[in-house]
Amino acid sequence: MASRIVAFNLNGRDVEVMVKPLTTLQTVLREHLHLTATKSGCRQGGCGTCTVLVNGEPMLSCLLPVEDIAGQQVVTLEGITPVEGLHPIQQAFFDNYAIQCGYCSPGMIMIIKALLDRNPNPTRQEVMDAIAGNVCRCTGYESILRAAEDAARRLQSA
Amino acid sequence: MAKLRGTGIAAVNYPTGMNLGGDPSQALIHATTTGTFVISLSSTDLGQGLKTVIAQIGAETLGVPFENVLIDTADTDTGPHCMGTFASRATHRVGNAVIMAAKEARKVMLEVAAEELEASPDDLDTDGQGNIYVKGSPERKIDITSVALAAHFKYGRSISGRGMYIKPKSPVDPETGKMDPDSTEAHACVVAEVEVDTETGEVTVLSLKSAYEVGCQVNPALVREQIIGGAFMGMSHALYETTAPYYPSPDHAPGSFSEYVIPGPHELPHIESVVLEYPSVNGPYGVKGVGEMTANAPIPAIINAISNAIGVRLTEYPVTPEKILRALERSPKLKQPAQTGA
Ligand code: FES
Ligand code: FES
Repeated sequence: MASRIVAFNLNGRDVEVMVKPLTTLQTVLREHLHLTATKSGCRQGGCGTCTVLVNGEPMLSCLLPVEDIAGQQVVTLEGITPVEGLHPIQQAFFDNYAIQCGYCSPGMIMIIKALLDRNPNPTRQEVMDAIAGNVCRCTGYESILRAAEDAARRLQSA
Repeated sequence: MAKLRGTGIAAVNYPTGMNLGGDPSQALIHATTTGTFVISLSSTDLGQGLKTVIAQIGAETLGVPFENVLIDTADTDTGPHCMGTFASRATHRVGNAVIMAAKEARKVMLEVAAEELEASPDDLDTDGQGNIYVKGSPERKIDITSVALAAHFKYGRSISGRGMYIKPKSPVDPETGKMDPDSTEAHACVVAEVEVDTETGEVTVLSLKSAYEVGCQVNPALVREQIIGGAFMGMSHALYETTAPYYPSPDHAPGSFSEYVIPGPHELPHIESVVLEYPSVNGPYGVKGVGEMTANAPIPAIINAISNAIGVRLTEYPVTPEKILRALERSPKLKQPAQTGA
């Protein structure tokens, strides 16, 4: 099938990509646009490392044909990282030792951002529910839960 | 049906490195023109924090701030030799190699500083804040960047050092079988508390409490996170993970990431740990290893706790709900009063 052009908004900028049908957003981000913060852990919806925000909602970019998000707003980890320094959630991850190998971190940070955007003061149970689809092989989750709670405090006092 | 509670304990001796005659590590250090000390290694940081602790060890020995050290583990094709990151060996082996390299580099750094300060190298010391000063008169000092610039552009010297660590192969005594297989040993003990649901066979790990004796800690926060991550991984092995099929036919093996069962944040037990520091004789600054062992001892502790809860000895893991339900059929704790025919 022929390629076609898909236009969407990525991290505040309009982009157009030429894709074959069913090309995923993950492939577009990583391979066409070379934005590699969005990771590729399993490419089958099982790990959460590829989580991005589409219109503010967390989505697994490995399961999302880019045609389906034509005209919509996509935010990746690159989009929330300031030019200088770190986003408060990133800083909270750093300060709470919530990053070991770091492979889960971009997805974790995006899913926690989605949570805190709609629920600025979540309980530990709510954080656990939010990140339950995101696998971390290294930390045992405790530091990630701490980081999420710390990030909530930082964002509220900001 | 009931929820049964049990407690189990397990202890581990964990060898650091494998002294089978082929387990060396090397390190090279050089200062850039502006006084950044680059430590080149072929050792890999998998997320356990090797780069951080090696930079700490390097900075301490060189006598420069942590921020002045850069770890380069870029490429095993071009870096100095390292056997790798396994057997909890990296901090111990690589740390020793880095200390040796850093001592050589420090010597050159002090010689260059001595020229600049018109003093003897033996009279100089570092303040750890980026300066070299004359002992007894701290106002006579020079900063590391100036020393590095002078070395490069005035004296034509390289502030650099080579380091290596190898423990010679220990032969096996043919009579007794005795040998010396490792460099040092760390120790740990884990106590697990579990609750077993006798209806579903599900196990909840309530707590994992442990004591770790790991030699001196270079970075206590990283040690703590290794212990927590390891405890969780041990629980995961004890109860969930396997690549083997649950049923005899390979068709039932987990075939993809989504079918390979691992626990998530909801399964996180209460984890508590104390760390004891008995310095090792041959580790860098008394270090032993702490990585791999943290995932080991929780496994038998949890399985012992399950055995304690249900009154049946279990010897194979992962202990799946099915294995528990089958074991419960043999449990003295659940013996129902014999049914009488109606
Ligand atoms: S890569 Fe998308 S869920 Fe794993
Ligand atoms: S930090 Fe390694 S997977 Fe989460």
